[in-house]
Amino acid sequence: MHELAVTESILDLSIKHARKSNASRVTDIYITIGRLSSIVDDSVQFYWDLISEGTICAGAQLHFDRIPARLLCLDCGNEFVLSDQLEPCPRCSSSQVKLLTGEEFRLDSIGIEVTEEIVKE
Amino acid sequence: MSIVRVPVVEKILNANDQLAHQNRKSLDAAGVFAVNLMASPGAGKTSLILGTIQRLASQLRLGVVEGDTAPVTIDADKVIAAGMPAVQINTGGDCHLDAVMLASALPQLPLDELQLLIVENVGNLVCPASFTLGTHANVLIASVPEGDDKPYKYPNIYRGIDVLIVNKIDLLPYVRFDMQYFRKGVEMLNPGVATFPLSCTTGEGFDPWIEWLKTRAAEK
Repeated sequence: MHELAVTESILDLSIKHARKSNASRVTDIYITIGRLSSIVDDSVQFYWDLISEGTICAGAQLHFDRIPARLLCLDCGNEFVLSDQLEPCPRCSSSQVKLLTGEEFRLDSIGIEVTEEIVKE
Repeated sequence: MSIVRVPVVEKILNANDQLAHQNRKSLDAAGVFAVNLMASPGAGKTSLILGTIQRLASQLRLGVVEGDTAPVTIDADKVIAAGMPAVQINTGGDCHLDAVMLASALPQLPLDELQLLIVENVGNLVCPASFTLGTHANVLIASVPEGDDKPYKYPNIYRGIDVLIVNKIDLLPYVRFDMQYFRKGVEMLNPGVATFPLSCTTGEGFDPWIEWLKTRAAEK
């Protein structure tokens, strides 16, 4: 629901890092999204095409790496992946669980084009 | 021309987090304890605020920031009528408050005169969870008629809260709501979170919440 604000942040971050690396163009954006971070890829893509126009990031391809919500049972040590809904440990039914992954939401890296001369410097 | 992959590894909402940090500094400098009040529409955010003002007005000076998606000042008007300073933020349809919006609201309040600030977020269980504001505590109001399955359906918001209020407990005899099932879901996501079951209508259970606020505000 707040993908526009999020996409603007992705664009700002990408432009900042592209400039730092003397990029002439940004070709790819690699994003990691945890299962629990409530972000819809398609909406980000939709906004991206609109707001990246006219920037150094125009036409860049978005890549989403989806991280599942992985839980650790604190009673029996079982590790399991959350399906659609929050549920207790499928092995021992304990609700003493700890979330290991699934809340990630970060820009991992960007692919950029640089001119050879700048690379040599 | 060559293509290079540049590592970034930065939180996408970093800019918001940094501004939230600034808000926190402003609040700390003024000695104000601030809470971010989140809930679905109709859970009782404004009722809780008015009930809190009624019980605390003689002991604490408190202010309110009202987040709304539309330029209606119904909630802010109620707070002002109760004798407390209030600022309305109209998000222009946005589903949540963010640190930028709070930063613009803070200078409109007499922070130095306040001890407690309640920020009423937009009624929504999804988006507000992702945007830190710089407040000191995240408070979520769940309410009995919403159903006991909400922690299971909206795990993200239950993860990041410091206090859980379960409002409308006067309706427990009339509504199917399994408190044990509800609490089990909460416990999985946020073990040991301070929980205050109460009713804004009857006033039952309100005192522990007021005591919690007073203690935290006194520490500022």
